[in-house]
Amino acid sequence: MLKQITVTVNGAQHTAEVEPRLLLVHLIREVLNLTGTHIGCDTSSCGACTILLDGKSVKSCTMLAVQANGKSITTIEGMIQDGQLHPLQEGFKENHALHCGFCTPGMIMRASELLANNPNPTEEEIRWGISGNLCRCTGYNNIVKAIEYAGAKMRGEETASTEPQFV
Amino acid sequence: MIAQPFQYEAPNTLSEAISLLQKYGDEAKILSGGHSLIPMMKLRFATPEYLIDINGIPGLSHIKEEGGILKIGALTREADLEHSDLLKKHFPIFADATKLIADPQVRNRGTIGGNLAHGDAANDHPAVMLALNATVIATGPEGERAIPIDEFFFGFYMTALQPEEILTEIQIPIPGSGTGSAYHKLERKVGDYATAGVAVQLTLDKSGICTAAGIGLTNVNATPLRAARSEQALIGKPITEASVAEAAQYASEDCSPSSDLRGSEEYKRAMVAVLVKRMIHKAVERAGSK
Repeated sequence: MLKQITVTVNGAQHTAEVEPRLLLVHLIREVLNLTGTHIGCDTSSCGACTILLDGKSVKSCTMLAVQANGKSITTIEGMIQDGQLHPLQEGFKENHALHCGFCTPGMIMRASELLANNPNPTEEEIRWGISGNLCRCTGYNNIVKAIEYAGAKMRGEETASTEPQFV
Repeated sequence: MIAQPFQYEAPNTLSEAISLLQKYGDEAKILSGGHSLIPMMKLRFATPEYLIDINGIPGLSHIKEEGGILKIGALTREADLEHSDLLKKHFPIFADATKLIADPQVRNRGTIGGNLAHGDAANDHPAVMLALNATVIATGPEGERAIPIDEFFFGFYMTALQPEEILTEIQIPIPGSGTGSAYHKLERKVGDYATAGVAVQLTLDKSGICTAAGIGLTNVNATPLRAARSEQALIGKPITEASVAEAAQYASEDCSPSSDLRGSEEYKRAMVAVLVKRMIHKAVERAGSK
């Protein structure tokens, strides 16, 4: 039996008729065509499918679309504002924090809640904070730097890029 | 992976949810945080005909102190337990345990009620509840029923909850001064189940005599296990190296871990002994600093 649900995704309201067993990540990717949210492990281990649900980071492969009825969702597509990269997106770009990029949307969505709760996290807090997100190519050092960069930028401080300078 | 089809209900009141349970019986499953149930449904280990989502029911997500009892609503998320100042004040063991439950995103969804009602000896809250002598409140058609934690876990995925009942609250007696608590689990990586986990709460009187002890073990038995002989080895005397060693020895003997990818039975017994010692020392340290 189909259920009608209404969700606000990146500020826009959508109504859809869905099967109760439809996963939230499938609603986002296949019904709303927002493919920036990735499916990695499909077992709530890797964090690639992380989105914000009413401001809280959740793994959308382990929620049903019907559970999001009436709620507000932010995906990676909603991070860019007025054509400007979000400080986290800029931080990842500036610090070589991605290689294949598969984990990046989930990392950024998770980091956005981390910085919202704790605007100036220590390195240890960042590492614990992203402990539910797996990256299989860069290692985590540059991802941590990218989140530090975004935190500094959001606090209005000077930011240092680790981009190598060639003169 | 896609679950088998089911009918989804999202009641707005507890009585509505209980009526649905009366109607559907054991064909129905309660959906709380969903981070144990939904993976099992995706793997088709669980195939409920009806899913009753209780997330929209108000009044089930509190952490409050009433008449010397700490009351935690069953829908309270792990992340809220992790950051609660009230819990930090009385029970530092919650911060220890919740930090080691899955990962931050899962803790934003997972609930304490679900963690207990799932009846999995690998979950972390059961051992903590044993150490803290909690009482589980179940609500059914006849009203509320209080179930002592020692009578709650029956077997693998089996609890004292009846098909028409919902776990609605956890009640924990707030101990007097001189009490300390601690939890740790050995895990291979973030998000893994415990290789072994140990929860301890101790109360020491002014002369250093241990007057109460609760020790619970995670994932080293078919059900969450109270290390009763270990508790008795501590009560009525000062905490000494000898009594701690005795408690650790008893716990490692009384559990029955199975050999698996996380380690051999022998290794797990050894780790139980190590963790019992460490958690007793940590609980004593915390008891002294209060």
